[in-house]
Amino acid sequence: MKIMNMVNAINDALDIKLAEDNSVIVYGEDVGVEGGVFRVTEGLQQKYGSHRVFDSPLAESGIVGTAIGMAVAGLKPVVEMQFCGFIYPAFNQIISHASRMRNRSRGVHETPMVIRMPYGGGINALEHHSESMEAIFGHIPGLKVVVPSTPHDAKGMLISAIESKDTILYMEPKRIYRAIKQEVQEGKFTIPLGKANVLQQGKDVTVVAYGAMVREVQKAIVMAKEAGISVELIDLRSIYPIDKETIVKSVKKTGRIITVTEGPKTYGVGSEISQIAIDEAFLHLEAPPARVSGFDVIVPLPKGEHHYMQDQYKIFYEIEKTVKY
Amino acid sequence: MFNEFNPLKNTMFQVIDNEGKVINKNWMPEIPDEKLLKIYKDMLFARTADLQIVSYQRQGRIYTYPPNYGQEAIAAAAGALIREEDWLVPAFREMGTMLAKGVTLKQLFLYFMGYEDGSKYINAKNTLPISVPIASQLVHASGIGYSIKYNNQDKIVYAFVGDGGTSEGDFHEAVNFAGVWKVPVIFIIQNNQYGISTPTHMQTASESLAVKSVAYGVKGVKVDGNDLFAMYRAIEESIKICKDGEGPVLIEAVTYRKGAHTTSDDPTKYRTKEEEQEWEKTDPLNRLKIYLIERSLWSEEEEQKIVPQYKEEVDRQFIEAENYGPYPKEDIFKYLYADTPDDLIEQEREYDRFLQWKKEKVK
Repeated sequence: MKIMNMVNAINDALDIKLAEDNSVIVYGEDVGVEGGVFRVTEGLQQKYGSHRVFDSPLAESGIVGTAIGMAVAGLKPVVEMQFCGFIYPAFNQIISHASRMRNRSRGVHETPMVIRMPYGGGINALEHHSESMEAIFGHIPGLKVVVPSTPHDAKGMLISAIESKDTILYMEPKRIYRAIKQEVQEGKFTIPLGKANVLQQGKDVTVVAYGAMVREVQKAIVMAKEAGISVELIDLRSIYPIDKETIVKSVKKTGRIITVTEGPKTYGVGSEISQIAIDEAFLHLEAPPARVSGFDVIVPLPKGEHHYMQDQYKIFYEIEKTVKY
Repeated sequence: MFNEFNPLKNTMFQVIDNEGKVINKNWMPEIPDEKLLKIYKDMLFARTADLQIVSYQRQGRIYTYPPNYGQEAIAAAAGALIREEDWLVPAFREMGTMLAKGVTLKQLFLYFMGYEDGSKYINAKNTLPISVPIASQLVHASGIGYSIKYNNQDKIVYAFVGDGGTSEGDFHEAVNFAGVWKVPVIFIIQNNQYGISTPTHMQTASESLAVKSVAYGVKGVKVDGNDLFAMYRAIEESIKICKDGEGPVLIEAVTYRKGAHTTSDDPTKYRTKEEEQEWEKTDPLNRLKIYLIERSLWSEEEEQKIVPQYKEEVDRQFIEAENYGPYPKEDIFKYLYADTPDDLIEQEREYDRFLQWKKEKVK
């Protein structure tokens, strides 16, 4: 066991896979010499050489498009988008090719690759540096979208992602890159993608969250406990595929469900989870599924961001409402 | 100029050398002394402001900021020539041109302090806000150019991008569209040698960035971007081309980012002191200052006197921005649509109810 933050853990996962599998290639804007703007890839170019870990030209579409080419030709690219908000030039390559190459070629070609990107708000950043766009990616058939919430999960999930035969969008909650340290198992281990994690058992209400929101829910749970409310917390970990079984089992027990997400409300991940609860646990529900989410607005610049972000108060407000319904 | 400094020859257009000596009389622009002095003072003001902002940032009084330090001549030359009716399509390192257009320092401060109000350029006509997604703004410049041509207007678009931005598809699409349409856009690439940590030679295998103009069939030139006279003349010539209906023009302005990419960046990770010292010799303010002193238009004494005044002015506008006040929650909802949809209005009401609850619940 070793104490790590999420940056260390992701770096460790990349290190392990680069050492183990010669087909793994890591690149993106400023990931080589500098080790990434968040230092996630620090030291890897020195260790594995600039033919395996390198700086690309500044072009997101080029990065993802070349990764698709590498992947169909047998390499295992792990590329970085500097920020989730900068991925849009690469959208065409993701939607038009990465997500459909296997289907289009009826299984002849596939694009096993990982697109890593920091996402989410709460870091007082410039415009386009705070978005949470996981719902958009979750909506695209053929993609897998995962979000770790702890250093341990970050490592095990990234190793799984690199070993997957699919294209994985691996979204890193940058707000907690360095905020959480924990003991992480040394050496190689994997965490299966698509499996949620019940972080806390409870009986009154189920709260589903992921990424940086898990920590906010944990704070709200303290408030709920003082109010005599017992909360079950599920860390979703995977936006797609989505672990219906874990969600449904929990809702059947508590009879109430609240989702906490950072992105805009409408057509969001919370809406999908609510529908799962309605579909599969309708007769167990004692209150309408509730969503704590961003508003349907652009993430405000830092001085206005507190209006937008989900915190323990917004979460507890919804918990209280739902339990009293 | 575009023939003499054909990008295929990979020569750089210069008028003065690093010691402020005129080395290319033929192409010396005619700038009245008074105007020249104003340009220098504008550069000095921009530099003073820029250095001060970095120190405010270190004090935690402003968020991430991308310094202009070392690149002042480019923005100042464009600022001296851009007219009220012309369009400015900035990236995010063109303080001098923005100030010339009428954007105030206070507005820039507000923006980097985290208020969208800092992009509400009420005094600066035809100026688009700072564009963070690299190179994406250039295609808008081509569209504005089309509108100018369509409406038969006497206007020019000044569009900026960095060296890294030339790798983005949008750069190529923008220059290509503008070339096909023959619209009056001056694309200015500030080649400050680095896209964050990545040197220009890792962005492209081309000999220069100016040479990319050739492939799109538009005029282009590589200019010493730290030579105010060369920048001024290159833009003047570009204006003529645009007015003759032969635009667009692509200018590669060769410069050096003396500061960090942004205040979040640490250049010691990717470049050497020796390299920085080498480029120091080309400093745009220093070169122009030597020239002005040589011609008795300026003196060290005057500079010593004026810099503290500039600092005071910068501080005054900064403190005004600092006291701008709270960010009203209405502002996150009201600018998205011409008419706010009912559901969004309801989301704001629900937020009101939450705030009321919080007020009662949380001490």
